Amino acid sequence: MPDPQTVFDAAVAADERIEPRDWMPDAYRASLVRQIAQHAHSEIIGMQPEANWITRAPSLRRKAILMAKVQDEAGHGLYLYSAAETLGTSREELLDKLHAGRQKYSSIFNYPTLTWADVGAIGWLVDGAAITNQVPICRCSYGPYARAMVRICKEESFHQRQGFESLLALSQGTPEQHAMAQDAVNRWWWPSLMMFGPPDDESSHSAQSMEWKIKRHSNDELRQRFVDIAAPQAKALGLTLPDPDLKWNEERGQHDFGAIDWAEFWDVLKGNGPCNEQRITQRRRAHEEGAWVRDAAAAYATKQREHDEHKGEVA
Amino acid sequence: MTAAAVAHTAALALGDDALVLSHRLGEWAGHAPVLEEEVALANIALDLLGQARILLSLVGDEDELAYLREERAFRNLQLTEQPNGDFAHTIARQLYFSTYQHLLYGQLAAGEGPFAPLAAKAVKETAYHRDHAEQWTLRLGDGTEESHGRMQRAVDALWRFTGEPFQPVEGLDADQETLEAQWLTSVTSVLERATLTVPEGPRTGAWAAGAGRQGLHTESFGRMIAEMQHLHRSHPGATW
Repeated sequence: MPDPQTVFDAAVAADERIEPRDWMPDAYRASLVRQIAQHAHSEIIGMQPEANWITRAPSLRRKAILMAKVQDEAGHGLYLYSAAETLGTSREELLDKLHAGRQKYSSIFNYPTLTWADVGAIGWLVDGAAITNQVPICRCSYGPYARAMVRICKEESFHQRQGFESLLALSQGTPEQHAMAQDAVNRWWWPSLMMFGPPDDESSHSAQSMEWKIKRHSNDELRQRFVDIAAPQAKALGLTLPDPDLKWNEERGQHDFGAIDWAEFWDVLKGNGPCNEQRITQRRRAHEEGAWVRDAAAAYATKQREHDEHKGEVA
Repeated sequence: MTAAAVAHTAALALGDDALVLSHRLGEWAGHAPVLEEEVALANIALDLLGQARILLSLVGDEDELAYLREERAFRNLQLTEQPNGDFAHTIARQLYFSTYQHLLYGQLAAGEGPFAPLAAKAVKETAYHRDHAEQWTLRLGDGTEESHGRMQRAVDALWRFTGEPFQPVEGLDADQETLEAQWLTSVTSVLERATLTVPEGPRTGAWAAGAGRQGLHTESFGRMIAEMQHLHRSHPGATW
């Protein structure tokens, strides 16, 4: 009987997929649960800043697009909780941890959506950053997570294009609309760069995750990739990015960009961002106020089962 | 009145129903009791918004109609504008409305009137909406003591808005009498299976007869469209 650790290491080294019934190190399992749960929670909390504008969307076409997007996010949350459940946890348990503040969600969703243009900026920048982060996860060593990401990335790319197109309409619209778009980009640019996580030398999970092939690239590599994609897109939009140090570096073949305010990042992560309290309170309230509905569904299902069993006995 | 104008009255009525109820369901986003319901309610809202856009486009510019009319010019049923309340109120509203809408579109799809092609698509969507509402009515009515009580209060509270859908609408070639009879049979059966008492109060009052269809709405509606229209109205002539 070969040592399971050896089998696991060989599978990871050979770029094979680890599946739910395979042996895996406890720390690998725990790390995946943490990451997938955080990812699922981000989809769920991430519905809030956008849902904030559903009832105020300025045209029926934009309203339909936004509703479909928020619906997709709930669906992504469902896929991801299912992927996490293959590791031996449950959605209920993970939601409890989210509500208790014991598991995190992406810090970006602690920023407020103050104008309609924020919805477009989220689509372009936040979804753009998410895609940059997530496309490599389609090759993650854990099969269920990788497969969930393939589906999610397709839909995210669609949302990102819609966000870009919405911002473009604003940028090319009236002077007020253009100003609204620029203001939104000014507020969402830096938080989007923070989505890639702390710099490589301060990222506690990175090295191990890369060794296990859960992650394929470092935070700073992905952040650089995103800046290089976003900078020309900003030009195409006719908008500027709020970074005086942003410029093409011929020698590196990449953009240089300014320093991120890491104090702000850590502060938001610790719960002191503009909307942390509001987001988690709304999530908890939805869950608590929905408890009687879930109880009713469970009680009804039990009654139906008993009814069916009784019928079986009679027959 | 010309044939086209008559069809406009009907298209506006049905379009406003879908537009307004879609908006109410959109308010649930991020607040639903389970994730599956986030998906389901948004899905229904999207179907309705799709119907609204087609119907309003038959009348004029969809955005002008949605965003630039005042409260008194909307022709939706008062039922569709009722606030979400708790989940039971939302489900009761869905049960009453989707049963009506499914039966109506079934009739229209079978006929040869101007709404037949639209109805052929909508009848499939509304069958799903109706099933969703019926299943939840059963679960809540025959679930726990609390859910039973909440569902009973909800079906009672909205009962008085259920006469209006069967008022005649100009240009709507439907047999309202048959619709109403089918609706009553269906809703009664679902409520009874859900162990709920079929409300006994009036289904419409003299003060309310055809009210929404005449542009007379309930108080919460003005606030709803104030929120809906604010941004669009703040930027006259802009495109989005």
